[in-house]
Amino acid sequence: MPAPEIVEALRVRFGAEPAPLGVSLPAASLLAAMRALRDTYGYRSYVTATALERDGRFEVAHAVRDVEMNDTLFVRVRVQRDGAEIDSLAFVYAGAEWHEREILDLFGIAFRGHPDPRRILLPDEYVGHPLRKDFAIETPWGYRP
Amino acid sequence: MAEDLPVVGQPRPPAGTALEEIAEEVVRFPGGGVALLRADALFHWAQKSSLWPLTFGLACCAIEMMATFAGRFDLDRFGVILRPTPRQADVMIIAGTVTIKMAPRIRTLYDQMAHPKWVISMGSCANSGDHYRNVYSVVPGVDHVIPVDVYVAGCPPTPEALMEGIFALQRQIMEGDRARA
Repeated sequence: MPAPEIVEALRVRFGAEPAPLGVSLPAASLLAAMRALRDTYGYRSYVTATALERDGRFEVAHAVRDVEMNDTLFVRVRVQRDGAEIDSLAFVYAGAEWHEREILDLFGIAFRGHPDPRRILLPDEYVGHPLRKDFAIETPWGYRP
Repeated sequence: MAEDLPVVGQPRPPAGTALEEIAEEVVRFPGGGVALLRADALFHWAQKSSLWPLTFGLACCAIEMMATFAGRFDLDRFGVILRPTPRQADVMIIAGTVTIKMAPRIRTLYDQMAHPKWVISMGSCANSGDHYRNVYSVVPGVDHVIPVDVYVAGCPPTPEALMEGIFALQRQIMEGDRARA
């Protein structure tokens, strides 16, 4: 859990709301907030990224870590399901690059400014994004030899 | 002799190992001997006595396969020696879950092996996909990709089970009805 003054500072500066294990940010202020977390608030390490589909929207969660304070902060961003696109963090935290490719692969969320937006786990010719709720289990049969 | 004693917990090697068991006539004399047998039987005997596997560890089954080839079970004594390249291999051991991304690679390596060649499918995932059967990235059984001669059941199979699968393949080779081979 982040310190209350950090959550309050993020609320004042970037419009963040408290969320489980961290804050929820508007998509427009994600890049600026992550730069501030890295440079000002001590969250210098990137841990992981994950995504989920809930109530017809995607939610992307980035986890960053402050090693000195022994704290992991989850930053959540909600995006619309159709044509989902959010800013890439690959040039803020280099470790985010492959995690964002995984989300692109499995959820189909586009990352604006990503240096290498290709699939990372599934074959390049795969059609569809299997962790979306509307993905049918019959879909990949066409790929089976 | 020592090899006549049963080893507790380990499968016995199949019959047909000794030349006397497959030859129609063996004449031994000091310093050598002469065996009379069909050429087919000799070739099959040679093939099953030096099965060189191309290992293809894809998941946790590979750990059991490594254990089988290590000193405790020691497949070298049956002429089974690992090869790192398909060009030198006779049998491909598919050990683990086959994904749709890996399937073309398996096919390529199988095509690079020289005839005669065999395939052992090791473990439930390679046999049928098992509980990953309907996962979006998994091939439901390696026999969708390449022909399989022996299926070894288990999740993962014990080293004894893999050894029994290799012996079953040796018995198949000795029976000799191998149209592909």
